[in-house]
Amino acid sequence: MPKVTVTVTLKPTLLDAQGRTVETALHSMGFGEASGVRIGKIIEMQIADGMPTAEAEARTAAMCEKLLANPVTESYRIEVEA
Amino acid sequence: MTSAAVAEPREFSTVSTGFSTGPARTMRKPRVGVIVFPGSNCDRDAGNAFVETEQGDTVYLWHEETDLQGVDAVVVPGGFSYGDALRAGAIARFAPIMGEVARFAEAGGLVVGVCNGFQILCEAGLLPGALIRNEGLRFICRQVNLRVETADTPFTALYEQGEVLSIPIAHGEGCYTCDDVTYDRLAAENQILFRYCERDGSLTPAANPNGSRGSIAGIVGGPSRNVLGMMPHPERATTAALGSSDGERLFAGIRHALSAAR
Repeated sequence: MPKVTVTVTLKPTLLDAQGRTVETALHSMGFGEASGVRIGKIIEMQIADGMPTAEAEARTAAMCEKLLANPVTESYRIEVEA
Repeated sequence: MTSAAVAEPREFSTVSTGFSTGPARTMRKPRVGVIVFPGSNCDRDAGNAFVETEQGDTVYLWHEETDLQGVDAVVVPGGFSYGDALRAGAIARFAPIMGEVARFAEAGGLVVGVCNGFQILCEAGLLPGALIRNEGLRFICRQVNLRVETADTPFTALYEQGEVLSIPIAHGEGCYTCDDVTYDRLAAENQILFRYCERDGSLTPAANPNGSRGSIAGIVGGPSRNVLGMMPHPERATTAALGSSDGERLFAGIRHALSAAR
């Protein structure tokens, strides 16, 4: 079964309060090299056998537009493993 | 004496109700439908707010229903519908009843979304923008000051512009956000209803509890300024015993608007 991974993050233009807090914590632990920390969510799913990769991508994009991401605040990235 | 004979004079015994048409309908208060999702927790408070302030009767509408039962106004209450899975309001917005709520709103019906209800109305596209995690990351439950930005809506008609209200908030994802075009339109069209403020009405970062853009606590939308979304809970401020009765006029305003529309 093809596996699809969707990564959803807040749009770069929005302040990611969680990311900022984690970045501050990293710095206080001596990881000063870390910057631009953004926190999002990963949605994994199996896609029915036999669906071509291009179609799986298009269908997943439709899921993102309708439900998985809020277009006002979030961007998404889709990866399909055959 | 038949029961019909008793009922007959009652129809016409009440004068100066303020209602213009429909003798049968004028005899009753507005019926307000409160939507109930799995995870709603302010539905009874919202329903009771109308009943206890004597501004309306309440009908509870389960999310799986597809009939608004002819109610005069709809409340989408606070809570954690569907456990806030994915995003607050993301699942609820597809509940069977929400199609009817959208049609009702688009036809000019009065719709009020409080807290999770505001999040749901934004997810549904019935109001612009979105609510994201509070800037300070914490769930905040406390009394806040709200400045009434306009009295030109059915919901705020009984308030004075610039008046400062004390109403509680209780949310973790109440940071209102939208793009520049949307914000400018909200401001230009006088759609910003409430802003978080200091007790004297001034806007400061300290008075903005969640980092909302422009200190926005509530907005109005819909074809006739008939859809309200707000994070604070007016239904928890309807009597002095609750610490504030500043929310009461919002419910009275809804009744007034419905009376005038008949």
